[in-house]
Formats: sequence, structure tokens, C-alpha cells
Amino acid sequence: MSSRVSTGARPGARFAQFKLVLLGESAVGKSSLVLRFVKDQFDDYRESTIGAAFLTQTISLDDATTVKFEIWDTAGQERYKSLAPMYYRNANCAVVVYDITQASSLDKAKSWVKELQRQANENIIIALAGNKSDLVAEHPDKRAITTADAEAYAREAGLLFFETSAKTAENVRELFTAIARKLPLEQAGNRGMRANPRQGVDLRPEAPGTQGGGACNC
Amino acid sequence: MGHDGEESLATSEGEEELANDRRTSPPRDRDDESTIRGVKEEGAGASPKEESSTISQARSNSPETEQEYRPPLPPRPSNFGLLREGSYSPGSSLQRSKNTSRPHLQSTATTALSRTDIHTQSYQDGSRETFAASAQTTPPSKAIAAFGSIKRIKGFSGSEGGDSGSVRSYAPTLETGGDVESLLGEVLGASQESPAWRLHSTQNEAPDPFDSITYEDDETTVDFYREFDEISAVAADGENEEQLLNQWKSKRKHFLILSSAGKPIYNRHGDDNLISGYIGIIQTIISFYEGAHNQLKGFTAAGARFVVMSQGPLYLVAISKLGENDPQLRVQLEALYMQILSTLTLPNLTHMFSNRPSTDLRRPLQGTEPLLSALADTFTRGSPPTLLSALECLTIRKSHRQVINDTLLQTRCETLLYGLIVASGRLVSVVRPRKHSLHPSDLQLIFNMLFEARGVKAGGGENWIPLCLPGFNKNGYLYMYVSFISAYESIGEEEHERVNESGKPDDIAILLISANKESFYDLRKMRDALVDELEANGSMAIVRSAVRRGRPTATDIVPGTVLRHFLYKSRANVQFTMPSYEPSFTTLLARRRLLSLYHALHASVHAKNAHLKVHHCISRESISLAWVTPLFELYCVAGPQASRNALAQSANKVIQWVRKEEERVFIIGGAVSLNSLDRCTIYKKLTPPAARYSEQI
Ligand SMILES: Nc1nc2c(ncn2[C@@H]2O[C@H](COP(=O)(O)OP(=O)(O)O)[C@@H](O)[C@H]2O)c(=O)[nH]1
Ligand SMILES: [Mg+2]
Repeated sequence: MSSRVSTGARPGARFAQFKLVLLGESAVGKSSLVLRFVKDQFDDYRESTIGAAFLTQTISLDDATTVKFEIWDTAGQERYKSLAPMYYRNANCAVVVYDITQASSLDKAKSWVKELQRQANENIIIALAGNKSDLVAEHPDKRAITTADAEAYAREAGLLFFETSAKTAENVRELFTAIARKLPLEQAGNRGMRANPRQGVDLRPEAPGTQGGGACNC
Repeated sequence: MGHDGEESLATSEGEEELANDRRTSPPRDRDDESTIRGVKEEGAGASPKEESSTISQARSNSPETEQEYRPPLPPRPSNFGLLREGSYSPGSSLQRSKNTSRPHLQSTATTALSRTDIHTQSYQDGSRETFAASAQTTPPSKAIAAFGSIKRIKGFSGSEGGDSGSVRSYAPTLETGGDVESLLGEVLGASQESPAWRLHSTQNEAPDPFDSITYEDDETTVDFYREFDEISAVAADGENEEQLLNQWKSKRKHFLILSSAGKPIYNRHGDDNLISGYIGIIQTIISFYEGAHNQLKGFTAAGARFVVMSQGPLYLVAISKLGENDPQLRVQLEALYMQILSTLTLPNLTHMFSNRPSTDLRRPLQGTEPLLSALADTFTRGSPPTLLSALECLTIRKSHRQVINDTLLQTRCETLLYGLIVASGRLVSVVRPRKHSLHPSDLQLIFNMLFEARGVKAGGGENWIPLCLPGFNKNGYLYMYVSFISAYESIGEEEHERVNESGKPDDIAILLISANKESFYDLRKMRDALVDELEANGSMAIVRSAVRRGRPTATDIVPGTVLRHFLYKSRANVQFTMPSYEPSFTTLLARRRLLSLYHALHASVHAKNAHLKVHHCISRESISLAWVTPLFELYCVAGPQASRNALAQSANKVIQWVRKEEERVFIIGGAVSLNSLDRCTIYKKLTPPAARYSEQI
């Protein structure tokens, strides 16, 4: 939902809350990435997501800055397509995932990027994640999409780019941290009060004892 | 002896109704049957009396009677030869017995459900279908030709005609006198000794799957433990195909779903490549009958019962070697169909096929497979809620439940349609608008999704799930907020991971359902308020400890009882209660045998011509009893050494216990019992929401 930046109880401390949505073809590892990020878990036999899952995770960027993500992990299935706008509508950031061993999954990712750039928040931060990098570490011939190709596309489309592995945790934290750093913490101050609680950035000071409490993994 | 049993049972409530039922139900049956008869044959007797005599002739295997009964079918002896082992006993007797309790739980309102139950006559579809299957309406020559060709393909035994005849014969036995039970006991006893009897019983009765499973013993045991093993994919060179096919054939239960154009949609075991041949055969058989304007409903082949259900553009097929009868299998197929509707909605499904009859439904159904398989496996393991088409509630004090209900009402938000608290598959509390009922079949789908399949839990957070609840409205989606709360909060993490006796993690789920797809955040807020309040007023602690306590054992309920297990269904409430599976039924196989026995008992008391309301069954392994009144159904099982009197006594004790505990074990007049709306304050306070559903997700 909304992103909120506020000066916390501690002078100079900042707390921001952002809405993040994961998109991508079914089985590329969206849920796995989220669970690695939120719970530091991985399951080889994960059942596919039903509907959408909502999770939160808080990270500290530095001593003074805490970012809380409200994460929508969507099911990549075709029939849920018409629900997607609901999840990305007010998203501040998106992670579009493909599977580096499945060529078609990048095409799907590209179409998501297009849709986001057309329909979502104007200044949405989009990251492209090529997941399952562990698979090609063992068997390089499994790779279907070269790093260079994906990187070139990401640059062209203005996306953050990482090759990740939910299984080994490679680049997972880095991915989310990079997004957090790119989020408009600074300008947030200039935006003023929110017109709509679900939109824009809320600058109200966080009362001590509420979410302002820092890295609370809640 | 059986007489004694009945007398002592009759001392308790329900006696009068029982008598009433006996008086009134035959005419109803006539009505029902005459429709069926129209299809089947003419002049099979204008009164129950006459009918019985026809039937007993059939039983004595008189050739003319056979002719009269099933003209189109091949002669019986040849069928015998085709039947393999004696493994498939129940099909015959069970096939005919009607599942009164609910051939159609899925689409019937809870109220209607209990009403039909009471009249013991809801045979409509179940029976008609069975009949249509057994009595070919095609011209004899055609039908025989059909069987012939099937036989060539698959070794089809064509024995369902025999089944129907013999099952018929079962009914009068039960009707002839008070001492029905002992007769049956002897029959079963005999079937254990003489091979001839066994062969016979294969086709005739022996509705005792305990036995049928015991006979094969180790092999079956091993088989059943491998029942849920995955069959690997066919290798590129096809080398492993034969081994995989054998593995496939060794499964005791299959479910197949295909489009009427023959496209595979779902199968529980094996990949498409492996079984495409079988799919083709099944489709050919089904469409052959369809072409002859005669729907194929079921047949028996190689010891397996095949039941076919056609639903719009879909064919659903159940193949069972577990001794379930047709109506019982049909209920299972219906549930699978409801799951498909729940994913797609009816208009979407219809639309896809009317646009393109060759639609491949696998894609639009993507992600539904685990849900279908979770249902299928629940049925294969054996499921009391499915058999009884009833819900189980978490046992807590009435006053405690009242507090929880009130809390739900206080915290409810505008957009809420249904609010439920469910603890490890058992209902704790429900709020629903006055005008909208809650259907057991819908709840079955939800419970399956949350507690049997792992997809939702695997999300690891809160969930927002679009789903269609076909019992509520098969045309549109609702949106369900789900969050799980550990029942082991205060105990620590490891124990949280512990799973309870039915294999479900002991979690408490808060389900908030709305017709508004934008209402996630509202419902989430409501959930927070609800949980805070439940924690504050102590309700959560009560629910947690009830979950951790688990079900009481049979001996906890009736001290010193011979009972090992029982199922008690309250018909008016559409709910059931049962003791723990501990200590006797903890293994998968023990549980399956118990459930098979329940299936057989259920089938016998719901058999159309079995007007008996008390039914004993004695086998080498157990003595059991089914007792049906307009108020309840009771099925109980004791060890083989228990006397019938002791069993009957315990049954009475169970009834007394339920009467005493009724308001704890059931949600009485509560949100689930829709027929008692006015008794239920919880509804009165609830404002119906604007019930609009979006056509699309
Ligand atoms: N080897 C490997 N497997 C992964 C990785 N991420 C996900 N998977 C597997 O890929 C499958 C699909 O993952 P899931 O997270 O459900 O994908 P989603 O449908 O995009 O949410 C699961 O079996 C995961 O175990 C990864 O980084 N490496
Ligand atoms: Mg997922």
C-alpha cells in the first residue's frame, strides 16, 4: 500500500514503509525469493501460491534508516491476471522475476515490465531478478539466458538487475537492499502530507511504540 | 440376538420416528423408483411386497428372473470367470445401496440437506444413475456388442448387471425379519470359509471391506502404503513404461478428469504420456454410450469399480478398489468438480468450451492440481466429513463459543460476508448474513485448501484468495482473507511444527470472506481487532488448549466401553463428532480399514430397499453397528470379541453422551445450522452486506 517516511522517536532516525509487488511467470521462484528474504527459508518442494500472499519485512539501511516492505507475492497464473492491477496499483516498487534456465520466462517478465511502466505508479522502482542461479553454477549448460543479454535489457528498460538464488540466498538480500536504497527517501520529505492513505508518502512522525520501532521483523 | 440388540437400542430416542419412517418411506420409494423403472423395466411389481418377491427370486439365481431383470447383459457365469481375485467384494452390494445422506451435498443448501436426510429418501440422482448403469436401455444386441468390444480391449467384466441383481437380493434379506443382523453375520462368516462363497460374495454382498482388505493382507498393506507415491515420468526411450504402468495399476484409487472431447485435464497418478492409452479407452467407452443416448454411469472391471460422472463439458471418472459404492464415489467426484468450479466459475468453464470444444483446461486450471490431489488423497485415506457430508466442530463450552461469536460480531467490518474461525479443520465459530447459507461442500473446499493442500500455508504470510464457492454462487468469485495463528504460541516453535493425528498442522485459521476484491486491508484490520480481542478475553487460550487436547478417545467418552471408534452425525445440524483415532487406528492402513467399514455400514443403512435402521456387521476383525434415526446416524465399531449387547449398550451410552454434550460438540442453532435461523441470535444481529459478486476475478 502506501509508503511512509517518518522521523522516528530517535532524532534523525527515519522510518519508511513501501509497498512491493512480485510478478513473473509461475514457478520462477517468486515465493521462494520472498521466503528467503522474510524468513530465511527455502523449500525444494514448494506448492504454488494460491491467490496472493502478503508479507512484511523490515530492513535497516544504515543506523538511521529503517525500511519496511509490505510485500505482495502473487500467483503467476493466467487466470489471476486481471487481479494484478490491484497489487501493483499503488506499489512503490516491483520485483519482476524470471528463471534463468527458462527462456520463455524472460519474455513473460518483459511483458510484466511493460505493463508496469504503462499502468503502475509513474516513479515505480522495478528490479529484474534472474532466479535459480545455483542451477547453472552446477550445470552451466542449463542456462537459457545469458547475464549479458538480461543486463542489456535491464539497462535499456531502466531496471535494477540481479541474478539471484533463493536456494543459496545469493543476491537476495542485495536485491531488496538495492531497491530500498533507490526508493525516494529523500524526496519523500518534500511531498508533503498524504492525500490518500494508500497513496503517496506519509510523513507523519511515527509515535514511539508503533511501527517506528525499527527492525522489528513483524 | 439381533432382535435383542434392536430392542435395547430402541429404548432411546428416535424410536418413534424410526417407526414412522418405516411406515412412510416405502411409498416415497415407489415414487422415486417408478421414474427409474421407466428406464429400466416394466411391471416390476406395484407394491413393495411384490418387489421383494421378485428380488428373492433373483437371489435364488433363477435363470428366468435373471432374464427378466437384465435382458441386455451377457450370461452371468462368464462374468465370474472374468472377475479376478476376491478383492472386490463390496462393489456388488454397495453399488446398489443408496446413499441417502447426500448424493448432492455439493449443491444443496444445508437446510435442504438435513431435510432430505430426515426423510431417508434422497435417492434421486444416486439411485437413478446406478440403475441406468446397471440396466441397459439400449437395445440388447447393441449393448451386448458394446460389452463385447470393451471386453476385447480391457478384459471388461460386465458384471454390474450382476451386481444390481444381487444387490437387490440383499434388500429383502434385510427386510424379512427382525433378526436381520444375525443373518448377515452368518453370511459373512460363511464367506470367510468357503472359496465358493467368497467368489459368490465377490458379486453379491459381504459389505465388509475389513475382510476384503484382510484377505490379501500383506500385499494390500504394502500397496496401500505406496498408494501416495509419485509415479515417475516415462523415460525418453520408454524403457520404464511397463514398470510404471504396473505401478499405476497397483494404485487402489484413481481419479481422472477429461473433457468430453477427450483431452486429459487431471489424473491423480502418472503423467499423460503414461496413461494416454487408458484415457483414450475411457473416452471411447463413455462416448459410445453417449452416442447411444445412454449415459454410462459405472461398471466393474478387474476388481475395480468405475464410476463416471458427466458434468457439462467434463467427464469425471473414479476408479476404486477400496469398496466404496457408487453414490459414495459420486460424492467424491462431485467434490472434484466443485473444486474446478471454485477455480474457474461455471460461466467461465462453459464459455471456454462453447468457444472451443477442444479447449485444454490444464492451463486455465494451473495451480489447481494440488488442490484436486489433496481432495483425492483425502478420499483415498478415508474421510468422515465426506462420507457423512457433515462438518466437525471444535468442542468447547457453549458459553465460550458464545463469547467468540460475539467477538466476531463486534469486530466485523462492513464488507464482511462470512467470518469463520477454524482450528485444525474443525469449525470454531461462524458469522454469516441471515440471507446467505453456508454450504458444507464449500467449507470442504476451503478446509481442503487450508489444511490439506500446502499452497496457502507455504505462502508464509497472510493470504488473499479469489475463489468461487459454488454452493453459494457458482457464477462469481468471492475473496477470502486467511491468516493462521499457531496453536502452540506459548509452547515454542518446535512443537508448533508437530502435526496432529490427522496429519494436519494444528493451526487456527481466521477466514474472512468478502465479495469486494478491494477489501483486503479492511479485513486485515478486522482480523487484527478480532485476534486482539480474542486474546484479551481469553478465548484464544481456550481454543488453543482445545486444539492441543485433541479429540477424546472412545474410552474417555464412555468409560470401559468396548467401542474402538464411532461416528455420530447430527442430521439437523449437518455436523458430526467422533473420538480420537488413538489408540487403535493410528496407522494409515488401520484408518483406511476403519473408514471402509464405515463406508459399508453407511451404504447398508442407506440402501434404498433396506428399511432397517439398525444394522450389525460381524467380521473376523470387528463387530460394528449402524443406527439411523431421523435425528442422527451412529456408526460404531468394537473389537471382534465384543458381544452385540455390549456394543448396543455402548451405542446407547454414546447417544446419552451426545445428548449431554450436544451444545459443546455441535454448534447448535449456530451459524451452521441454517434451518434454525430464528433461534440463532448471531444472525439477527448481523447486517447483510451488499452481496455483489464480480463476474471476473
Ligand atoms: N534450484 C533452485 N530452485 C528454486 C529456486 N527458487 C525456487 N526454486 C524452486 O522452483 C519451484 C517454484 O518456486 P516458487 O517459489 O513456488 O515459484 P513461484 O511460482 O514463482 O512463486 C520450487 O520447487 C522451488 O523450490 C532457486 O533459486 N534455485
Ligand atoms: Mg508463488
